[in-house]
Amino acid sequence: MELCSFLTLDSFITDPLTHDFMRKALLMSSLVAAVCGFLSSYLTLKGWALMGDAVSHSVMPGVVVAYALGLPFSLGAFIFGVGSVALIGFIKQKSRVKEDTVIGLVFTGFFALGIVLVSKIKSNIDLHSILFGSPLGISLSDVKQTIFISLLVVILLLIFRKDLMLYCFDPRHAKTVGINVFFLHYLLLTCLSLAAVVGLQSVGIILVVAMLITPGATAYLLTDKFDNMTVISVLSAIISSLIGIYVSFWFDLETGGSIVLAQTFIFLFAFLFAPRYGIFKLKKLISGYK
Amino acid sequence: MESINYQNFRIDAENICVDYNGKVALYDANLRLKPGQICGLVGMNGAGKTTFFNALTGFVNISKGKIRINGESVRSAQKDQTIAYVPQNEGIDSQFPISVWDVVMMGRYGSMNIFRSPRESDVQAVKDAIERVDLTDHLSTPIGNLSGGQRKRTFLARAIAQRASILLLDEPFSGVDIRTEKLISELFIQFKNEGKTILLSTHDMIHVREFCDLVLLINKTVVAYGETSEVFTPENITTTFGGISPDFLFGPES
Repeated sequence: MELCSFLTLDSFITDPLTHDFMRKALLMSSLVAAVCGFLSSYLTLKGWALMGDAVSHSVMPGVVVAYALGLPFSLGAFIFGVGSVALIGFIKQKSRVKEDTVIGLVFTGFFALGIVLVSKIKSNIDLHSILFGSPLGISLSDVKQTIFISLLVVILLLIFRKDLMLYCFDPRHAKTVGINVFFLHYLLLTCLSLAAVVGLQSVGIILVVAMLITPGATAYLLTDKFDNMTVISVLSAIISSLIGIYVSFWFDLETGGSIVLAQTFIFLFAFLFAPRYGIFKLKKLISGYK
Repeated sequence: MESINYQNFRIDAENICVDYNGKVALYDANLRLKPGQICGLVGMNGAGKTTFFNALTGFVNISKGKIRINGESVRSAQKDQTIAYVPQNEGIDSQFPISVWDVVMMGRYGSMNIFRSPRESDVQAVKDAIERVDLTDHLSTPIGNLSGGQRKRTFLARAIAQRASILLLDEPFSGVDIRTEKLISELFIQFKNEGKTILLSTHDMIHVREFCDLVLLINKTVVAYGETSEVFTPENITTTFGGISPDFLFGPES
């Protein structure tokens, strides 16, 4: 069948590039992966994996409402993303319920609201593409939005990258020397919401959290330098996106799932063979026993 | 009564209270420290030692009372980087991918531009600070690869690089080797001569007698405060630790 057409590696890579939608998908997904990968270094070090999960699920009703009202869906998603975090903070402070429980109940509540809204609001919203992503069917206006948001997040992270690192590492010291910790907290949350918005186009709401934590976790196993960690995280995210899209093209698989699965495999590889922190410590295997 | 010149005090905390969501962590606490004084902060776990530090650095807000740092507000002390906080080893993520150099450089962040790009003077301050704590051989070592004592010295170097006039140290002697302990005690003498004010919390009673001019015994509020020789009595210590005899805490006195 079509499998025989990629007998050579060359055609495996170049054939999909003849399709306009594939070129767009590869470019957009790489951009989104880079943004999420960059942010993921901070989230994994800050211990915000669950927060990432919460925000990414909570944007669902925002996306639906924005579509229904004809607003940019990123606006709706952003409002509900930040709103969910505010609500989590409020309930945690005003009740005796533990934080992880509050996070779990708030984001599932928002998510359920989104699903109910989709079933009620008759429009051209495709539930499947929100839940599982549709990198192959990105519209031109979505492309513009994605590029704008991605650049915004990257610029913010580049400007405040050292402050955010300090905030993740030692917020008390940051506060002591007069750095605005409150601002940094909300900056990181804002970037998280925005990254979730662009990420959901690639892999969908359910899996976007993987884009936000897996590359960072992989990089964390491979280096002891923060700057290297961000670079590795971004690269592994981009490579996973490319692999995922190619594999999904040739084998006719769900694209979002393929991208995340590629990230998971890269993580497992690092988990097993990372030079210092892997189970088998590749360095030792190569150089022999010291 | 003669009027008090607040400028004379490095730290002046007056009747401060801190509560977390209605739960009182510290109440009616007072502390006055002058330049060159070393004060020990002694109390049980949960007695409010960390809360006291947090109030002084502005990390938590006080619900009552007043804090003046060099006669000014906590906010302006933050802007001037007057206070340096040296955390407990347990208080930091030792697996964070960051080197000794980067941690010490964080001491300079407060006075840098928005991108935190180091100037020549910042680089020099960091180099000097690292030399003073004897870690020059470990400039680029990730903090995860350091011993407990080396990690403690890294954070001391950060406080030195910050050029703070007040040092708050949370359990500076816990989990450190003898070499580090000796180095820290030498640094204390130097800091004192430079006119820095030091407030340190400790579980080790011997260190209080050895280093501290003053001692502040707390149990949610001040149990006793004053010259170590006068205040650090078995009776006061017993009260601070909720009735446990000092013999149990230090072992029988010889």
